[in-house]
Amino acid sequence: MTSTIPDELRYSKEHEWVRLDGDTATIGITHFAQEQLGDVVFVELPEKGASVRQFSSFGVVESVKAASDVYAPLSGEVVERNVKVIESPELVNSAPYADGWLLKVRVADKGELNTLLSATDYRAHIGESGGSGGD
Amino acid sequence: MSDLLRTPLYDEHRALGGKMVPFAGYEMPIQYPAGIIAEHRAVRGAAGLFDLSHMGEFFFRGPQAGSALDQLVSSDISGLSVGQARYGLLCNERGTIVDDVIVYRLYPDEYMVVVNASNIAKDRSHVQERLATDVEFEDRSLETALIAIQGPRASVILSSVTDLEVREASIEALPTFGVTSARVAGTRATVARTGYTGEDGFEVFVDAERAIGPWTRLLAAGASLGLSPIGLGARDTLRLEARLSLYGNEIDETTNPIEAGLGWTCRLDKDFVGRDAIRAFKEAKPLRRIAGLVVDGGVARHGHQVTSGGEHVGEVTSGTFGPTVQANIALAYVSAPLAVIGTQLGVRIRDRDVPAKVVRTPFYKRST
Repeated sequence: MTSTIPDELRYSKEHEWVRLDGDTATIGITHFAQEQLGDVVFVELPEKGASVRQFSSFGVVESVKAASDVYAPLSGEVVERNVKVIESPELVNSAPYADGWLLKVRVADKGELNTLLSATDYRAHIGESGGSGGD
Repeated sequence: MSDLLRTPLYDEHRALGGKMVPFAGYEMPIQYPAGIIAEHRAVRGAAGLFDLSHMGEFFFRGPQAGSALDQLVSSDISGLSVGQARYGLLCNERGTIVDDVIVYRLYPDEYMVVVNASNIAKDRSHVQERLATDVEFEDRSLETALIAIQGPRASVILSSVTDLEVREASIEALPTFGVTSARVAGTRATVARTGYTGEDGFEVFVDAERAIGPWTRLLAAGASLGLSPIGLGARDTLRLEARLSLYGNEIDETTNPIEAGLGWTCRLDKDFVGRDAIRAFKEAKPLRRIAGLVVDGGVARHGHQVTSGGEHVGEVTSGTFGPTVQANIALAYVSAPLAVIGTQLGVRIRDRDVPAKVVRTPFYKRST
């Protein structure tokens, strides 16, 4: 089985992922999170220019069954929100690490990255076994 | 979940990858790996198979059974022919709703009443306290399994594994709300053309200990026709698009049939428990009514407030994304003058009034 937790990303305990590229962090929810939620039908995201604070709620992802808050893994200013995912919320299910991303944020303090989980830690956090690392 | 009951099909659900959740005292599948939207579409476009064995089945027998049920149920039961079923309400003397049920006349002196799983114990006492002594009552909820097959291909799939007792009869000729004895996958069954999805379909009652055979045979027979197992999640989106009430959401003992839009199930020209109170509700005109809403910019959920110009004017009873109608839909009790098609209202979602419009229901009606 292929791991559903890409090695190059960082993770929050609340099941968000971050990809840092220079000062810009791309944020989304993990494969595990979308699987737990089920079919996503509505996404609410802050506008460009809004600020988000680490571990605070920045938006909502709603599935057929329920609404779930999403938390910012890093603090910063929103430089872009994914308009495609607002129009087609099912992208969160079909491509959580690609077209289903939620926000791009200009990161205020890269040091916050150290408080996030590595892929290995996140794998342990959700109790996934059988990843390529074999742990 | 050790104190929860399991239906006889529990192992089948696990083998199919069903996600099990507690519901009405049972561990039931809320969805299978395909997911709620795919399951919903399977029922609208092909067919779906449901395990509804948690539901309750009461039997009433004897020459007086029909007239006794006519006294307990709001709709016309004495007018049922053998092989016919009818939807109706159990009400209390205050005219509010104890449960919604379907009454099936199986034989001249035998009726089956199907009740909601969460209400079995309550309904049993309600009925027994009010039942004439010359009627035999039996609660066979635990001994009876219920498998529903619903969708445009349901009749083709079901008939391929069903033999009727009358050789020349066919399951496809069974009328809507008709009920008959049959053998499904070789198992003695009661088959009714009833359901809760807004599609054509059937409900198959069998002995609990024989439920696995019909379930697996139906799944196999329907595999090439798109038959999918369906969990409680899609059952809810299907019934909501079809504007079918859910006990505990649209109706309960604080609601009366008139405001719930179920006045059509009440034969006020016959005597039944709650009749006088319901007649008074009807004459007084209800203060609130159930309205269908389309919500633009969020998913309304049970308990959300309905607003008009920022004022609180009602409550959402059920809300979801409707996969077939492709809109966020809801049912809500709203102040009666506002329950008019076209009225612009709001639903308060996360401290914001999201625009909602009163629309005609059902949200979805199949083309016949």
